[in-house]
Amino acid sequence: MTFKRFALGGFAALIALSGFAGSAAADEVNLYSARKEELIKPLLDRFTADTGITVNLVTGKADALLKRLESEGMNSPADLLLTTDAGRLFRAKAAGVTQAFVTDAISENIPEQYRDPQGHWVGLSLRARPILYAKDRVDPTMLSTYEDLADPKWKGKICIRSSSNIYNQSLIASLIEALGAEETEKWATGLVANFARPPKGGDRDQIKAAAAGQCDIAIANTYYLAGMATSKDEAQREAAAKVVVFWPNQDGRGTHVNVSGAALTKAAKNTEAAIKLVEFMTTAESQAWYSEANGEYPVRAGVAKSQTLQAWGDFKADTLSLAKLGENNGDAVRLMDRAGWK
Amino acid sequence: MTDRMVETTAPPIAVFRGGWHNAAVIAVALVLSLPVLVVLGHVFVPSDDVWRHLVETVLADYVINTLLLMVGVAVGTFIGGVGCAWLASMCSFPGRGIFEWALLLPMALPAYIIAYTYTGMLDFAGPVQGGLRVVFGWGYGDYWFPEIRSLGGAVIMLSLVLYPYVYLLARAAFLNQSICVLDVSRTLGNGPWRTFLTVALPLARPAIVAGMSLALMETIADYGTVQYFGVPTFTTGIFRTWYGLNNAAAASQLSAVLLVFVIALIALERGSRARARFHHTTERHQDIRRIELSGWKAAAAFLFCFFAVFFGFLLPAGQLAWWSFVVAGEQIDARFAGLVWHSLQLGVIAAFLSVLLALFLGYGRRLARSRGVRAAVHLAGMGYAVPGTVIAVGVIIPFAWLDNTVDAFLRANFGISTGLILSGTLAALVFAYLVRFLAVSLQTVNAGLDRIRPSLDEAGRSLGLHPGEVVRRIHVPILKGSLLTAFLLVFVDVLKELPATLILRPFNFNTLAVRAYEMASEERLADAGPAALAIVLAGILPVILLSRSITKTRGTRP
Amino acid sequence: MTRQLDITDVAIAYGSAPVVRGLSLSLDKGAIGCLLGPSGCGKTSLLRAIAGFEPVTEGEIRLAGTIVSRPGETLAPEARNVGMVFQDFALFPHLSAFDNIAFGLRRWSAAERRERVGELLDLIGLAGAADAFPHELSGGQQQRVALARAMAPRPRILLLDEPFSNIDTELREQLAGEVRAVLKRDAVTAILVTHDQFEAFAIADIVGVMAEGRLRQWDDPYGLYHRPADRFVADFIGEGAMIAGKVVDRAHVETEIGVISGGLPPSLVSAGTQLSVLLRPDDIIHDESSPEQFPVVARAFRGSQYLYTLRLPSGAEIYCRAHCHHDHEPGEPIGVRLDVRHLTVFAEG
Repeated sequence: MTFKRFALGGFAALIALSGFAGSAAADEVNLYSARKEELIKPLLDRFTADTGITVNLVTGKADALLKRLESEGMNSPADLLLTTDAGRLFRAKAAGVTQAFVTDAISENIPEQYRDPQGHWVGLSLRARPILYAKDRVDPTMLSTYEDLADPKWKGKICIRSSSNIYNQSLIASLIEALGAEETEKWATGLVANFARPPKGGDRDQIKAAAAGQCDIAIANTYYLAGMATSKDEAQREAAAKVVVFWPNQDGRGTHVNVSGAALTKAAKNTEAAIKLVEFMTTAESQAWYSEANGEYPVRAGVAKSQTLQAWGDFKADTLSLAKLGENNGDAVRLMDRAGWK
Repeated sequence: MTDRMVETTAPPIAVFRGGWHNAAVIAVALVLSLPVLVVLGHVFVPSDDVWRHLVETVLADYVINTLLLMVGVAVGTFIGGVGCAWLASMCSFPGRGIFEWALLLPMALPAYIIAYTYTGMLDFAGPVQGGLRVVFGWGYGDYWFPEIRSLGGAVIMLSLVLYPYVYLLARAAFLNQSICVLDVSRTLGNGPWRTFLTVALPLARPAIVAGMSLALMETIADYGTVQYFGVPTFTTGIFRTWYGLNNAAAASQLSAVLLVFVIALIALERGSRARARFHHTTERHQDIRRIELSGWKAAAAFLFCFFAVFFGFLLPAGQLAWWSFVVAGEQIDARFAGLVWHSLQLGVIAAFLSVLLALFLGYGRRLARSRGVRAAVHLAGMGYAVPGTVIAVGVIIPFAWLDNTVDAFLRANFGISTGLILSGTLAALVFAYLVRFLAVSLQTVNAGLDRIRPSLDEAGRSLGLHPGEVVRRIHVPILKGSLLTAFLLVFVDVLKELPATLILRPFNFNTLAVRAYEMASEERLADAGPAALAIVLAGILPVILLSRSITKTRGTRP
Repeated sequence: MTRQLDITDVAIAYGSAPVVRGLSLSLDKGAIGCLLGPSGCGKTSLLRAIAGFEPVTEGEIRLAGTIVSRPGETLAPEARNVGMVFQDFALFPHLSAFDNIAFGLRRWSAAERRERVGELLDLIGLAGAADAFPHELSGGQQQRVALARAMAPRPRILLLDEPFSNIDTELREQLAGEVRAVLKRDAVTAILVTHDQFEAFAIADIVGVMAEGRLRQWDDPYGLYHRPADRFVADFIGEGAMIAGKVVDRAHVETEIGVISGGLPPSLVSAGTQLSVLLRPDDIIHDESSPEQFPVVARAFRGSQYLYTLRLPSGAEIYCRAHCHHDHEPGEPIGVRLDVRHLTVFAEG
């Protein structure tokens, strides 16, 4: 009896399956997004409210989405690919699944170094990766550059996450561009020697460890600190209050930054709506939302930053063309492998 | 009576041929193996000098860590699973009735979720160490505390959520064991403990090995836990090679090596038991007389089971409940109900189909004398040890190829464009689940089928049943328990599954696991709480059903 | 009498290994046949071929005149209307005794089904155990339920695969007698397979001795015992010894314990032909007064009798039965004389 019911139930569900394939309504745009739903959905909802264009969303890991895009080829339903780093945008372009689309409106809004030279992709928000220090244990005058962190004076004092993480890979990629591969490897070896513990956890974990005293210095993206500072969890707020942002390399090339960005797929069928969405994301209003809701920096000049970000002051960002981060990514990983960075 | 017979003068007679069935079984098995074969196919794609780089730098770490992880989880799940199974089925002590099903609860927790919760509690910045520092006035470096985010931690996390697989199968085996055999051992002068070691354990061995191989395959495929704990294993290496080094070919080759691990594991197990047989020789079964425990023995048995349930379920689920309570207001809304519905829908569909396929393949394997069929069915079960992302890619490539080929053909010949028919639909996702979890249902169904002696089939046939009717009227009633078990196991696994869901799901389709992951990977553990807790809650009911179905199957075994 | 089973020149093979070759036999309606032979002789394969579980590679099998098996064509077991009783009984563990017996009757009306099952339960003496599940029955009861289940649909032939091998030895012959009675009462045509000749003789009307895939002899028990077709059958059935002999004329053979008279096969009648003579224990009479005295080599207690093994001067051994109050120790010579009713000889070699 239960078996029969179970069989019937399964069959009914099976029929329900057929109703969920992709849709093809007129006014819509389809998004493959490496950005988490929670961090992008409110903006998309506002876009839909403004324009009446529906946005269909699949989130996932950038490389997996890229693979899906590549395999689906010209029949892919995706119009836009959203990633959280420039390296993946570079890879998408290299894989030949994107096309030029940057309009005048977009290029007016976004500075050149945050766009693809051929206009295949455009940055939407800026993510800085500065040095964070425990304010009761570190004298900020001792801090200067990323390069300096390899100095033995920091032995056992640095927390940073695994080299599998794309933000670290991008950081190393930028150093390769600035210092050359050999010098960077030497630096990485020195940095590994200064680790307070084997890399583990995410960026928030590094900040927490610094706050708790396991290390003095953490390297982390700023929006994690912003998220902790505005968290409902008191412990997180307390930890965030114990660390301070230090902007490295201000006398030189600037602090390492990456972008989250969007690329138009070659298979795009809703090109117009897709471009409209990207334009919408580069408006001053949307840019301010990024800063307010996600704790990221606007890519567009002159947009007001959130209070949390303002408190950390202005900084000079590395002006390196972000396409380089993608080019150097593989070399960066190998270099970290050799340096013993887990 | 004679209507089906043909007189001697009319030459053709009714024939039953097994050939088409074998071919169908091999075909289905191969389709289900396709993603794994696609991965293996990359072995022949050149991958530059990446291998040299890997060998020179990180490969040794991957191999050693993976092996240590496997050994650790094997030991952990064996002690936890077999120990609890013996106590809960053969001994009598306070709380046994509750432990019988409660011991299964950790199964509802995804390993990466339990890893997040324990890290939240036990790491340097967490409440436990923080509390110690406040109480004793210690600072960093003043005291020693075990590091949760380590290889050892990963072993414990995985063992805590995977031991129920061993418990489940070992318990079923103990319950089905003939008491006579145990009595014989007692009359030969063995105490209960020796009887357990020398008779019950060896007899339950196929079940225990089956449970442990499930647990170990899950271990090999685990990405979330080891990644979060910073333990470089083969699986994290695959992703690092793919994402970081941007070399999909080398990543696939690493996956292929991973499969070699699995094949070696299976071969080792088969080889070691090649000459032993585990069928019961006696037909008579009596009710189990549980060994009465009292005093310190009862207390020890209670604590052993309690710790498994407490650390595997109560503590982490309690933490999740607390987090959920904190954030309930903004996380639980109409969209959340959609997540629940999607998760349940996928779980039911995939579990149902998985059981059907397992029945089809298991039956084919049973009927077939050919090695080809057996090998194909084995291959189809390999997906369990392959990380979900790799399976997903193995699904995307052939599906997209098929869709595009059909589209191109129709466009060229009829001017019709079909677009993508399967890619990006739930069908592709469900297919990936089937590939990934077929081993679970297949193992369970095969274990059930192995208990049905061939003479039962023949008795049915000689009493006028077609092969199909033999399945429906004899196997299904006897297998009911096994089929339900298979259904529930796959259901719970699908609820927890993340990587394949992430890559393959259609537009605007999220599940509880996706939500929990997105929050957790943004390092917003508390916000991940409600979704994770919902997975656990949705998993509890099947787990309890599971326990009941096993208790019920006893007494109706052949 | 009508023929119920006809097997003509059948061969069965597993892969390339032949297990049955050139086998022919037939069974009349209502008769009980038995295939007897050592394990591995192919008897079970033949039974399974009759049931339809094994295909034949040569020859044909007919049931009630209809071809059911021939090379490349095998009628499915369910379409043959044969009943089968398995060595392990193969009772369905999820069904009661009643439902087990009723299993093959699903096309019957409920009333007919109830009646038939009731009748069979009575027949096997288990009317009170209709609701019992297999694990609640004793071995003998399970066996009878299995028998009733196979008989229920009134099969054209009932096949029994070593039906008593799971039964205690003491009970076997008794049960075999009971089964025979049940089969005869229901006028069932049946074939059973066994390696135990006493079981075979207790149940069967006609017995086939098989060895190495061939049927050596298909005969009633008396014929098998007294007119064995070859040395193998002579050896396999009953006790007996072979001693050397020489043809005197077409009705006499000379051996070391005397001249034996009886009919000789046409191929072995020329005087002086060397041959072997089969001597059953009942061919040798214990006679204290006989001048022929041979030493006892061994003796076996057989209840009312002793079976003595005696050594002849040539070294050959013969068997002799004697009443148990004639108690002779090994080594002691005893007197015997010949009383051969059926002269059985085989060519030398």
